[in-house]
Amino acid sequence: MKKLLEVKNLRVSFHSYSGEVEAVRGVSFHVNEGESVAIVGESGCGKSVTARTVMGLTQCPPGEIKEGSEIIFDGRDITKFSEKEWQRYRGGDCAIIFQDALAALNPTLTVGHQIEEKLKLHGIKDKKEAYSETVRLLTAVGIPNPEKRYKAYPHEFSGGMRQRIMIAIAIACNPGLLIADEPTTALDVTIQADIIDLIKELVKEHNTAVIMITHDLGVVADMAERIIVMYAGKVVEEGSSEDIFYKTKHPYTRALLNSVPRLDLDEEKELEFIEGAPPDMTDPPKGCAFAGRCPYCMEICTKEEPPCYEFNEGHTAHCWKYHEYAEGLFGEVEE
Amino acid sequence: MDRGEIKDKERTKDKEEVKDREKILEVKHLKKYFKQSGKSVLKAVDDVSFDVYKGETVGIVGESGCGKTTCARTCIGMYPATSGEVIYKGKDISKLRGAEKRSFTKEVQIIFQDPYSSLDPKMRVGDIICEGLRAHKMCKSKEEYNKRAVELLEMVGLNPEHANRYVHEFSGGQRQRIGIARALAVEPDFVVCDEPISALDVSIQAQIVNLLSKLKREKELTFMFIAHDLSMVKYVSDRIIVMYLGTIAEITDSKSLYSDPKHPYTKALLSAIPIPDPKVEKERERIKLQGELPSPTDPPKGCRFINRCKFAKEICAREMPQLREVEKGHSVACHLYDEQI
Repeated sequence: MKKLLEVKNLRVSFHSYSGEVEAVRGVSFHVNEGESVAIVGESGCGKSVTARTVMGLTQCPPGEIKEGSEIIFDGRDITKFSEKEWQRYRGGDCAIIFQDALAALNPTLTVGHQIEEKLKLHGIKDKKEAYSETVRLLTAVGIPNPEKRYKAYPHEFSGGMRQRIMIAIAIACNPGLLIADEPTTALDVTIQADIIDLIKELVKEHNTAVIMITHDLGVVADMAERIIVMYAGKVVEEGSSEDIFYKTKHPYTRALLNSVPRLDLDEEKELEFIEGAPPDMTDPPKGCAFAGRCPYCMEICTKEEPPCYEFNEGHTAHCWKYHEYAEGLFGEVEE
Repeated sequence: MDRGEIKDKERTKDKEEVKDREKILEVKHLKKYFKQSGKSVLKAVDDVSFDVYKGETVGIVGESGCGKTTCARTCIGMYPATSGEVIYKGKDISKLRGAEKRSFTKEVQIIFQDPYSSLDPKMRVGDIICEGLRAHKMCKSKEEYNKRAVELLEMVGLNPEHANRYVHEFSGGQRQRIGIARALAVEPDFVVCDEPISALDVSIQAQIVNLLSKLKREKELTFMFIAHDLSMVKYVSDRIIVMYLGTIAEITDSKSLYSDPKHPYTKALLSAIPIPDPKVEKERERIKLQGELPSPTDPPKGCRFINRCKFAKEICAREMPQLREVEKGHSVACHLYDEQI
């Protein structure tokens, strides 16, 4: 399968009053054509910054994409794009759905206008054609009465409907890559399920690759082919959905899975929780960032960064636990 | 002590109490309307009746705008009820005056959703925690207040030195702990937790939930736990109330909610909740709801759920279904279960 996007050693920092915040510290991953990849992690782990940098939305300054970072989209390094190339890429090749649709849409323009705006920027010059395409898009994302709703303003829609408009704008030019940055976090569960279904359907139809960013592993259980787990600006584990859920390797991933109660099981046991809080990214810890909260922490974890171990095709974890010297130390944890 | 043992203990305790489970709160035909601009009236809570027993955790779930927060706030007297009664320990809370009112405000506390806006940024943490104590003059000297503040901070897992800091120096999870310490400072009997974990990260959520259940056991509290995260509510609650558009759709114990939901809305709600297990998730079938949530200023006549229910019959448009017990401890408001009674 062809690699559509390849991120190599991405490092992004933000300069603030309290010093340099190292939001992303050497992230590498790839997305194949038509593949659904999920990036999972808690707030502040750098998942949104990663996605926004791929989309070219990281403001520099205060942000800084460090030397040595490479983002290769379809064979071209986007960090070296000119402004004109950026314009074609953003929205044309790659589109994004934001978490807060009300903040992302322009409140003073009708939704029809906002969808058309994008179509016009990316090629459709004829007014009538743009209108009919807009109506088609509104229908595709499940807005009832599209001709009438074309003239409505964002505040006249409910949260779920607004998110549908965002999706319509995102898919307007058939992008090769769609980034969904917590698209359902602000929505109710029933609407969340509808939106996820819609994204799944559209992506399948057009063979679009998706990067789904979320903090909720449940949301991506069914949707993502591959899952990347991030913690404190780094990838800690990566693997297929089955690998992550059933053959969990990294202690953080396991803790993340065990700290949410399951609706379908009757659990009597106390919820597992992770002691403490994520590290301060102005002064990231030496060694493994999770060491301070990890039940398996060894001496080496606080001193040196863990290497990457591969377990089977495409399933990797960064953890000292899997070093040959640590073998048998902790016993094999339940499968 | 692990949870299994605790459950056993609770069970034996339950048996002793089963004869006369004391009602701590009785809500009877409670309505809370808000006047809006023009003539429209927002019916946030519309004829809700339920009981809360001493020592249990009652969960309230529903989508945003279903009236769960309004219902809880009206129950503890933060809003005056439009009509209906809230009876706390045998007394109507709207008729409490003087000393009785003071003791009611001491016994009933709330933990708010947003740990960022519910704590005063200009006050030191120690003062925030002791504000309630001071209002009720529960300690005699300054030293005693300070001592109490330290105790409370330790109880919720914070350091005693934190008493002199300001709120902005804390993370979301820590702030929520401060909110919990403040609520429990005056030694309440009944605590409303209004989405206490929604603003927090997953790993921190579990910390707070475990803390709440530990405190509940130690202090024999009664909880009303509001959240839209059904898996968490199921985990913490003994009984669950499902609300839809200002009315109660179903009341049941937390186990049979998932294994045997009755109301079509509950079924749809449950099927929409993602389960973090790809195999289970692939096999589940989702019940899709048609249409949108109607506006609470103009709710449908008859059953509130009628425009989204695929089982809707003619009677549903005419009559509002009443909450009826269909099995022991399992009540549902739906005309589909009329014949069974």
